[in-house]
Amino acid sequence: MNKIFEVPLYPYERSDDQVATRPARHKVIVIGAGPIGLAAAIDLAQQGVEVVVLDDNDKVSFGSRAICFAKRPLEILDRLGCGQEMVDKGVEWDVGKVFFDDRQVYEFNLLPEEGHERPAFINLQQYYFEKFLVDRARELQAEGAPLDIRGRNKVLSVTDHGDYVGLLVDTPDGEYRLEADWLIACDGAGSPTRAMLGLDFVGRVFEDNFLIADVIMEADFPTERWFWFDPPFNRGQSALLHKQPDGVWRIDLQLGWDIDREEEKKPENVIPRLKAMLGEDVKFDLEWVSIYTFQCRRMEKFRHGRVIFAGDSAHQVSPFGARGANSGLQDTDNLTWKLKLVIDGLAPDTLLDSYDVERILGADENILNSSRSTDFITPKSEMSRILRDAVLDLSEHYDFARPLVNSGRLSVPCTYDGSPLNSADALTGGPERTRPGAPCPDVPLDDGFLLRALGDRFTLLTIDCDAPEEIEEGGVTVTRLALTTANDRSGLLKERYLGDAPSAVYLIRPDQHVAARRTEFNEPLLRAALRRATAQEATQ
Amino acid sequence: MTALTLTPNIEIADDFYADLLAAHETLSKDESDAFNARLLLILANHIGDRVVLSEALSAAAKAAGPR
Ligand SMILES: Cc1cc2nc3c(=O)[nH]c(=O)nc-3n(C[C@H](O)[C@H](O)[C@H](O)COP(=O)(O)OP(=O)(O)OC[C@H]3O[C@@H](n4cnc5c(N)ncnc54)[C@H](O)[C@@H]3O)c2cc1C
Repeated sequence: MNKIFEVPLYPYERSDDQVATRPARHKVIVIGAGPIGLAAAIDLAQQGVEVVVLDDNDKVSFGSRAICFAKRPLEILDRLGCGQEMVDKGVEWDVGKVFFDDRQVYEFNLLPEEGHERPAFINLQQYYFEKFLVDRARELQAEGAPLDIRGRNKVLSVTDHGDYVGLLVDTPDGEYRLEADWLIACDGAGSPTRAMLGLDFVGRVFEDNFLIADVIMEADFPTERWFWFDPPFNRGQSALLHKQPDGVWRIDLQLGWDIDREEEKKPENVIPRLKAMLGEDVKFDLEWVSIYTFQCRRMEKFRHGRVIFAGDSAHQVSPFGARGANSGLQDTDNLTWKLKLVIDGLAPDTLLDSYDVERILGADENILNSSRSTDFITPKSEMSRILRDAVLDLSEHYDFARPLVNSGRLSVPCTYDGSPLNSADALTGGPERTRPGAPCPDVPLDDGFLLRALGDRFTLLTIDCDAPEEIEEGGVTVTRLALTTANDRSGLLKERYLGDAPSAVYLIRPDQHVAARRTEFNEPLLRAALRRATAQEATQ
Repeated sequence: MTALTLTPNIEIADDFYADLLAAHETLSKDESDAFNARLLLILANHIGDRVVLSEALSAAAKAAGPR
């Protein structure tokens, strides 16, 4: 067993709040120190918002759950100050192979697009991911950031009093009460907070079981993603082999619906299955084995007054396409700057309703994609299996069928089309991919990359045109970032931000999504766009 | 006006139909089902146009007999 599972990362310490005569009031309380709760807390603390994280445990997530982290979350982690650690430790991969029955039907290369600081994907165990986030939180604490992580603090009850939220928390020293102006519930798919507030979580359960094993082996399998449909070693089912750091390999084996889960989990049953897959002579150790049933579901609304849900508590997807933690990070990316403005009194609390609109759009996109992958991987009717097998047979011979093979679609960030925060697109000839609502794609600059230069504030990106260096509207400051195509050696600034337009001005949100764009700077319109992006003015 | 052609369009239709039957002649039911699925996907890709494909799906659904 790997040591990282056993060492408490945020051991219990008694807080003064536990002996206070009346409940201490905090600006923000986050329930859950999983990947999403930690990201939320770092983001807030980094911006000076006081935050307390409560977790009923004190260690990293048990076993390896998430392994694939996509480009956009890595960019968000850069903003949070811990992207580099993840990329340095993670494994990069480009090649995937698809097998059907006993043969390889094709091989693909992700051929990541040029000109991004971050790769399309890395593989990294979730426990490392969480550890690096805790390291970053510790670093912020050392710098005096207002962040507290309380291990073995189990939330027993949550009550929304309208102008604050009351909590009852259990610890090794007994129960105590807390109050928060805002509560972010990142307490996972089984969210006790959701249950305490009597909120629903509806969707689809896939009637199938998957054996997920992480094995440590000295094997010369290449750093590729191998996916099998109906292989001889797991007839009628699917299998996946994927590399992680430290010689750890992720293996997924579909088991079907009618199985005895406890039996299947026993090493004496797991090991023969893995041997059949890896070969009799491959030596390996089991790091972790579990059996999962997957579901796709979401809450009807993510914001409930002063209680806001993010990550798995708000939405759950099957892991095909790696959209769980990846999308949860986009939740907090979307939420924290809004919450900060509301807390600072610079935006009305209706700004938080746009979190609902935008992230529900994202959740629905993820649920759609991961449901489709699951339907392809585990066909549930005779005809869906016939069609699936036809696609696989064709893919061996003809290119056209390969895009139909669906063993998981790469997690990509959502474009918030139709968001009330967007202003109408006024950049004639501008590229589709940077329309209002879109996440900014990276571009190499003379000294680094664009996304690093954007940071986490409102930015006025000007390309080949003039504008003031700073504009303030209702207390919100927009800072200019002036770029020119004269230095655009890769041509990617033009390709990604200008298209056929001669010049451009972009209003970019703190989460690096485009709020508005036009050809020339126009002060009244820019001010209106900023008010709209902060929910102070209705959509045009 | 629909995008999907639903008027006779196959050259020497009887010959095509005979080819279709011949392709299935030596196949079992399972093999025939798989063959049909492959054929369907090849033809769908050739058409490509999503409007035509949607209309084809509805046209096929509409023509189901009273069984
Ligand atoms: C097999 C598998 C593979 C996956 N692969 C990927 C992948 O490749 N990529 C990806 O992006 N995602 C993947 N996921 C999904 C990913 O693991 C989750 O989306 C992610 O862990 C969600 O993070 P979270 O912080 O929302 O919730 P969790 O990680 O579930 O954290 C919730 C936290 O809340 C705490 N908590 C719960 N109740 C209380 C309470 N009452 N009081 C205090 N604390 C409480 C828990 O202790 C826990 O620490 C995978 C999941 C599985 C199961």
